[in-house]
Amino acid sequence: MKIRYFLILIFLLSFSSLWAQLNVDMKSEPAKMEDNKRCFDCHSTHIYTFDNPVSGITERKEMNPNFVFNTDAFYSGVHRHFSCTDCHSPDYETFPHNAELRFEPMYSCIDCHGGDEAFASYHFETIEEEFGKSVHASKHNENFNCWMCHNPHSYKAMTRSDFKISEIVSAHNQMCASCHDNPLHFQRISDSTKKPLEEIHKFLPNFKLHFSAVRCIECHTAVEDTMWVAHNILPKEMAVKKCVECHSSSTMLISSLYKYQTIETRKNRGTFNSMLLNETYVIGANRNIYLNIFSIILFGLSLLGVAVHVFFRIKKK
Amino acid sequence: MSEKLYLYPVWLRIWHAINALMFLVLLVTGVSLQYSNPDYQLIRFDYAVTYHNIAGIILAFNYLIFLFGNILTGNAVFYKLRRKGLVDKLLKQMNYYISGTFKGEHTPFPVTKKRKFNPLQKVAYLATMYMMIPVMIITGVALLFPEMIIMNVMNLSGIYLTALLHGIVSIFLLIFLVIHLYFSTMGSSPTSNFKSIVNGYHEPH
Repeated sequence: MKIRYFLILIFLLSFSSLWAQLNVDMKSEPAKMEDNKRCFDCHSTHIYTFDNPVSGITERKEMNPNFVFNTDAFYSGVHRHFSCTDCHSPDYETFPHNAELRFEPMYSCIDCHGGDEAFASYHFETIEEEFGKSVHASKHNENFNCWMCHNPHSYKAMTRSDFKISEIVSAHNQMCASCHDNPLHFQRISDSTKKPLEEIHKFLPNFKLHFSAVRCIECHTAVEDTMWVAHNILPKEMAVKKCVECHSSSTMLISSLYKYQTIETRKNRGTFNSMLLNETYVIGANRNIYLNIFSIILFGLSLLGVAVHVFFRIKKK
Repeated sequence: MSEKLYLYPVWLRIWHAINALMFLVLLVTGVSLQYSNPDYQLIRFDYAVTYHNIAGIILAFNYLIFLFGNILTGNAVFYKLRRKGLVDKLLKQMNYYISGTFKGEHTPFPVTKKRKFNPLQKVAYLATMYMMIPVMIITGVALLFPEMIIMNVMNLSGIYLTALLHGIVSIFLLIFLVIHLYFSTMGSSPTSNFKSIVNGYHEPH
């Protein structure tokens, strides 16, 4: 009997460690707000001012929109404890900035997170490996880096936090749409012109609903079990086109979009389906077990009633 | 044999035929969608979606024929239900189905020119045609245009709640179909009522 309790204890502890792994600290106060204030004085506004020592006047200039950052987004993101010069050259502390600084190499995720035990559960090495196989890497080589999709100045680890599925879908799809639905941005990596997303996806019934309910990567990536977000973006010919891949009780969304919620629900002794009920509806995937049983019983009873009636009709004839 | 009664006018028979056909398409495609399985597909998912949508739209427009037909031709009279003594009448009809019919008794509410349905039929048809089918049409149209649906109802997906109602009512409609088909065999002969809905003439017992 004691062994049984011991096993239960181990089981519960194993889940509590998983809980610790899955929850990213998104609440602690940012550490270096003061250090960053000087940078953000200019880089968080569209108009910045400076004293011109040559003319002696205070000038107002328009900031390059690519260098304007939202401080609220930065201080609620995963890199909020950093000071700007942790990643950028300390030479940026002088103004005007040295022109050569624009050649400054940018870190990629793996430069900081690779081989770090603290981030082992994020599998950055696998992400790097999977990205290496993707069309983004094979077609665009080193021109394509992590920051094309992930903004380090506002990034949130949404998939393993308590974000609503709709929020995750919207944020992740925005990453893809920022190039694939924006011809100007798309030209950063290709001269080819793209058809509008709506036209490419017109085979989907109610494509708008699909786009608001699931992420592009659901159909356009190869799912890798150890990862939360698949990074191997497949060539378009290999995209999922079979409806039943998602629209069935064995929906592939369990191992992608609903992964965090699936684990959470299991932990809370719920069923995957009860999670699905709350926020979303996928025809063929949401099956209410009670409704299934109820319908089978009701249908069976009506058939039985008919059979009994037929029996007596024949017998009494 | 008594004289045949002309009970089912042409418009009603056309409406009934379209309704029955669309009902079956919706049922089969609906089951295929709800229980879709990659290993065994009753109907390919995207085909089932298209057929279900088309059949649903046809059935919804066809329902207008039923509504206006009832109003304009006076067919609605047959559905009028008097509350007074209703329970007794229902029990009488049930009793006939449970025991009377086996003893060779006559139906307590025989079909006449003025009475097409017995009280149990009236209740079942009223519930089906004036409650369940409208609910199915409203929820079906909402699911066809989900942007009309409130997305979040007390932390539950509005689309899910709509689909749940659509699914629950569909189960009752399936049961209705089973019973409707079976009771249709209880005419003067097992096939007489099926002939009636094709040629319009009712064969009395």
